[in-house]
Amino acid sequence: MRYLPHTPEDIAAMLKTVGIDSLEGLFAHIPEDCRRKEALNIPDHLTEWELNDHMDTLAGSMAVSPDYKVFMGAGSYEHHVPAAVSFLLGRSEFVTAYTPYQPEVSQGTLQAIYEYQTLTSRLLGMEVANASQYDGASSLAEAMLMAIRISRKKAVAVSRALHPLYRRVLETYFEPTDLEIRELPYLGDGTTDLSPLQDMEDLGGVAVQSPNFLGCMEDVERIKQVLQNKKALLVVCFSEPLAYGLYKNPGECGADIACGEGQSLGIPRTFGGPALGMFASKMKYVRNMPGRLVGQTVDLEGNRGHVLTLSTREQHIRREKATSNICTNHSLCALAAVMYMATLGGTGFKELARLNYDKSEYLKSALSDAGFKLPFSRPTFNEFVVEFPAGFKKTYQRLLKKKMIAGLPLGDFYPELNNHYLMCVTETITKADMDALVQEIKK
Amino acid sequence: MKETAGTTGLIFNEPLLWEKGKTGRTAFSLPRRDVEEQDVDEKLRGNGPHFPDLSEVDIVRHYIRLSQWNFSVDSGMYPLGSCTMKYNPKTNERQSALPGFARAHPLLPEPLSQGVLRLMFELEHYLTEITGMDATTLQPAAGAHGELTGMLLFYAYLKSKGTPRSKILVPDTAHGTNPASASLCGYRSIAVKSNEKGVLSQQAVDELMDEDTAGIMVTNPNTLGLFEENIKAVADVVHAKGGLVYCDGANMNAVMGIVNMGELGVDVLHLNLHKTFSSPHGGGGPGSGPVCVRKDLEPFLPVPRVIQKKGKYALSEDFPDSMGKVHAFYGNIGVMIRAYSYILSMGPDGLKKASQLAVLNAAYIKDNLKGTFHLPFDRPCMHECVFSDKRQLPYKVTTLDMVKRLMDYGFHPPTIYFPLVVPGAIMIEPTETESKEDIDLFIESMKAIAKEAEENPGLLHAAPQKTKRRRLDETAAARKPCLRG
Repeated sequence: MRYLPHTPEDIAAMLKTVGIDSLEGLFAHIPEDCRRKEALNIPDHLTEWELNDHMDTLAGSMAVSPDYKVFMGAGSYEHHVPAAVSFLLGRSEFVTAYTPYQPEVSQGTLQAIYEYQTLTSRLLGMEVANASQYDGASSLAEAMLMAIRISRKKAVAVSRALHPLYRRVLETYFEPTDLEIRELPYLGDGTTDLSPLQDMEDLGGVAVQSPNFLGCMEDVERIKQVLQNKKALLVVCFSEPLAYGLYKNPGECGADIACGEGQSLGIPRTFGGPALGMFASKMKYVRNMPGRLVGQTVDLEGNRGHVLTLSTREQHIRREKATSNICTNHSLCALAAVMYMATLGGTGFKELARLNYDKSEYLKSALSDAGFKLPFSRPTFNEFVVEFPAGFKKTYQRLLKKKMIAGLPLGDFYPELNNHYLMCVTETITKADMDALVQEIKK
Repeated sequence: MKETAGTTGLIFNEPLLWEKGKTGRTAFSLPRRDVEEQDVDEKLRGNGPHFPDLSEVDIVRHYIRLSQWNFSVDSGMYPLGSCTMKYNPKTNERQSALPGFARAHPLLPEPLSQGVLRLMFELEHYLTEITGMDATTLQPAAGAHGELTGMLLFYAYLKSKGTPRSKILVPDTAHGTNPASASLCGYRSIAVKSNEKGVLSQQAVDELMDEDTAGIMVTNPNTLGLFEENIKAVADVVHAKGGLVYCDGANMNAVMGIVNMGELGVDVLHLNLHKTFSSPHGGGGPGSGPVCVRKDLEPFLPVPRVIQKKGKYALSEDFPDSMGKVHAFYGNIGVMIRAYSYILSMGPDGLKKASQLAVLNAAYIKDNLKGTFHLPFDRPCMHECVFSDKRQLPYKVTTLDMVKRLMDYGFHPPTIYFPLVVPGAIMIEPTETESKEDIDLFIESMKAIAKEAEENPGLLHAAPQKTKRRRLDETAAARKPCLRG
């Protein structure tokens, strides 16, 4: 086996040193009734070339671009990833290192994460960002637990227009606790109904997503006003951070915590993971924040360097009193995101955001012109909801055969939105693709 | 002594990203604009992020230089105990980057995503077989996430039996994530002392286990690198009181094909695909922490679950007792692809051989260094061994000083000051992918450092000297946090 360097002579010499006569003998101290009797019942090993064939077959059965035109976002977006980003991200020194516990030999990862924290803070308009978490859903759950710790209240309110799968993860995290989740309905324009908040004095946090799952921009500044003089923290969630290249970011709108999914920033979709949990807050809450943080310091010669810091919040020191059980972050995904943000630069980020918006507006108008209903009037970014006539399911299937995935059917997530589809257009979709889609739908 | 790998060369300086660049530069080829500009709601419009503008060359040099300041498995031996820093095969990277996987949307219609569903189904099956359990979920994104999932399973299962209970037993050798994960589920951790042999005794567990205790979280092999030889008796005690046994499988690399976890009385176990199954650690993630369970806990696993029906694969939500969801979609598929690729490359014999050689390498280091360093538990070890700085302390040299010096010799330090039961612990896990020559060089280097500790302790206090940075002021970093630029 090419990953196992030991020759029979090496094994014999090493066994002699340890005074044991066979490899099996190394396990003789394990009680007999704890040892496995049968060999592992898994397939025999494959050669590298057999494995390639097998994996090519599996991967080849998937419906992906450019073969398929996928007009589907819903928390997972296709954006062009520059070759330089993929190339740099493949560097072994980043890929095959561990968490930077020994800063003298980990300055590369540490500086890169410090830069990630900085660009993330700037993107979200927040004072401090952590080194990343698992995904948007667990970031939301951690944000609500953090809001509870800070406010010392027992209930949170969450918009129904927030990603339904994120809300289910939040429910799972809250299940064994005595904490309560209250749902805020959405209004006819596609934004969250804030009226129930007037009577809720015991909330620790209020979470909305903007752009929300229905694609609509929330009026976050108004939510901030409603929460004035209340204890509740304002948590702004997102699944498409590219929107902040065009629209006001969570910080500008008064968020106390901003959290969400960063997959959109240079990370391949890979069927939903690995993704990137982005997490940021006001500086005054930093000691209640979950996850790793990298800070700047100096070495003993006075040179600038970076280290993991504020670790007294964390599980390896605080154990059961830690702010979270999170051990590692999604470092390599954070690295992809910071490389991607740096590659675009401030100018490129704004231009790309604008292009996503303009393309999405084009499809919106084309579908509207073709007579389909756009139920929500609020401004959107690169996703929007369209209502197709009853019986569109058949058309959807016909389009699949033409290798077009005409958005995400919303009925499974929102029973009241049967026949509604969430459409997404990024810069990877051309005008010709959109024209072809509308033509086919009209048939 | 042979020449060591650690040396100095031309290492570049590199400023922070925003200290470089000029407005107007770009490293991005903006896609063609084929639609007209549309109006934007002015009330919602923002200014966009304040990022530096850089060229592609600026970006490439920046990250190449940064990468050169890192130590990694691909540059040298990384014997970080409990972390299983084995070699990360390159074919795994090829497989996970295949466009069919990398570009796949998670909500694709099932008939159009059969390949990845089949991969998940088979990987679950392989992991179930390797651990000797009955069913597996791949959803948790990391080891600690797997622990949380395990505790949520405890909660859901025990609640279905009447009451979720309020306490949990956690041995004093446990990873810090164990009590933190338990406490997220409302369980109060009760510490169990390991005995004079460094393992759990049936008696210690018997004294603490009661009917308000959900069960026990063991790590086997434990963090001292020892096999928990009383595990079956411990499990009997816990089961007799209606509790469950959780096993932290972080150290599964020692026992593939050798121990059947299900037969030991384990009810729930998490794996770290980024340890045992060779996916790279990525500088701290992404990992993957599948959870394997016994039959009676299967109905409580997270949804959706991958099922097979008439030769087709599908995702099913139809598990009414399920504990819920811990990931927006299905977990870290990219990591699962690598683990699947590894298991198929190794086969049953290769996996068993890997465990045997991992244990051989650790035992060889233990026997070669026990004359030099204090070995608190001189017993047959599994895949790692734990020394301490007891013999060097009289020279005012600590574990930290010695491992910092080890960097100058070209090795990544072992895990230090853990487990907490050994003061000044040095926890060495070589893994099976290190050759005898490299291990011999490591042993020689450790011995040379022990000699330096006696003869020239100042050298160790000043270490490391060949790295990009000398020792960093962590106290200042925490006192006045500077967390962004």
